[in-house]
Amino acid sequence: MAAAEAHTPLDDGSDAEAAEPTAEVVVDLRGASKVFEGRAKGDTRVEALADIDLAVGRGEFISLIGPSGCGKSTLLRIVGDLTNVSAGTVAVNGKSARQARLDRDYGMVFQAPVLFDWRTVQRNVELPLEITGVPKAEREAKARAMLDLVELGEFGGHHPWQLSGGMQQRAAIARALALDPDLLLMDEPFGALDEMTRERMNLELLGIWERTGTTVIFVTHSIPEAVFLSTRVVVMSPRPGRITTIVPIDLPRRRDFETREMERYFALVTTVREALRAGEGGGSSGPVDPARRVAVEGLGG
Amino acid sequence: MTARGVARAVLLFCGFVIAVVLIWEGAKAIGGDPWRFRDGSGQEIVYMPPLRWEIVSDLSLPHVWEIWGALAAPVQREQTQSLAEYLVGAAIYTGREAALGFVAGAILGLVLAALFVHSRLAERALVPYVVASQTIPILALAPLIVFAFGNGVLGIVIVATYLTFFPVTIAALKGLKSSDPRALELMRACAASRWAIFWKLRFPSSLPYLFAAFKIAATASIIGAIVGEGNPGGSQFGLGRALLNFNEQFASGPAKLFAAVLASGLLGISFFLAIAVAEALVLRRRRSVRAE
Repeated sequence: MAAAEAHTPLDDGSDAEAAEPTAEVVVDLRGASKVFEGRAKGDTRVEALADIDLAVGRGEFISLIGPSGCGKSTLLRIVGDLTNVSAGTVAVNGKSARQARLDRDYGMVFQAPVLFDWRTVQRNVELPLEITGVPKAEREAKARAMLDLVELGEFGGHHPWQLSGGMQQRAAIARALALDPDLLLMDEPFGALDEMTRERMNLELLGIWERTGTTVIFVTHSIPEAVFLSTRVVVMSPRPGRITTIVPIDLPRRRDFETREMERYFALVTTVREALRAGEGGGSSGPVDPARRVAVEGLGG
Repeated sequence: MTARGVARAVLLFCGFVIAVVLIWEGAKAIGGDPWRFRDGSGQEIVYMPPLRWEIVSDLSLPHVWEIWGALAAPVQREQTQSLAEYLVGAAIYTGREAALGFVAGAILGLVLAALFVHSRLAERALVPYVVASQTIPILALAPLIVFAFGNGVLGIVIVATYLTFFPVTIAALKGLKSSDPRALELMRACAASRWAIFWKLRFPSSLPYLFAAFKIAATASIIGAIVGEGNPGGSQFGLGRALLNFNEQFASGPAKLFAAVLASGLLGISFFLAIAVAEALVLRRRRSVRAE
């Protein structure tokens, strides 16, 4: 923890991007916790998230990073109302997460593209528009525009299985953007792609983010990816997931292949890595007995 | 299917028919009754097969050409209609009943499956009865159904429906539950209604399962129609009646019964093929079908 702060160079607070989040809060998590109760008798009660406080400002690109099982996907799913909090509150656009979902305030991209193989790429992108009841001509035009945005304009008539993995994921992003959401929730969207494709997709995602002005919450395993993309990187500790550190990324807003060779970039990668390691050490050496931990937490709460 | 694929399928089918005829007549040549021919001059020639197998006697297994000949002969003495014409008419009659039963059974099966997939209570309460319904022998049930519905086409269609809805219900239920959980989550993220989830995700995901069930149901619907017709109050027409009549005349003309069995088989195959063609058309854009 101490090491992470020593490397965090933003104590000066003069950075314009770091100040931006305070403008308008899109996602506001306060004391959010999640406990998975065992279904059957004898199942372990798993505390996935504990006491998460996080405010995401409009236009931010937030990465959630942490070891497997730290609950970062769960956190994303809580924001998307795909699961509920056990304690604490979630507000999205100033409403409950459920209302935000019903108002279709966010678009979601999963690790797998989850395209329907009986639909063409164009009609996959139209799906949310169909569900919302957008008239045919309008939704066709919108889907075409979204496909152009992700540079898949020529592939609208193809079926998903005729596309490469990277192209499928771009189609999934186009689908998520079809309803012009304020917020894009991305759960390891490039996790299944090879390194080369992933780096290209990172650049394309930044382009889309810039063009649409959408707020992004992005779950990833990859430190370089998180640093390269984000305005802030949220570092989480293992079970129960807590926010250890938030690392503001003060790289120039315009990023390209050269960004990855900047000294500042390497320094930030190191900062995040050390924050991760510090979080993993998290007050106890060796594996924690989950039952014992739950008992302790139970007393505390 | 490509043109080459179709040609191959047709060739295979012809090859199969030829093989069956060769085995059929080969067995009769080894162990059947004596064969009587007339040569060009009208002289009768008798061929004596070396062995005697009851199972391939002229009564158990008439010569292929005798069945063929019976098809061309009048269906009854002093009637102009040939057996072939009669059987085509009977097959169309039965086919119509079976098709009605199939459609009704498919709809019933889908509606039940849609109910079950949305209500675990309904699923738990009713699925055992759906299964139990199929353990009652159709032979016992068909007369009751046909009688109850006034001894006519309606009762026969209901017997066909009864045999059809079961495979469709079970397969549709499995198919409707087969949707990718991540896709269901995606629909939830889009705040999709149950209706939208059903028609845009669950139903399309279930189609490969449904078509597998339709193939079973299509042939089962014909069995149902035939069994329904073959009741005292069933029908004066159709393959069921033909099969019963020719069964009674078996001793004097076994070829007629074989011809009627052949007609039933062809009707079943045509139903099956119709479903297979529909399946190929509907699923042609899917990866799973392409991969095969």
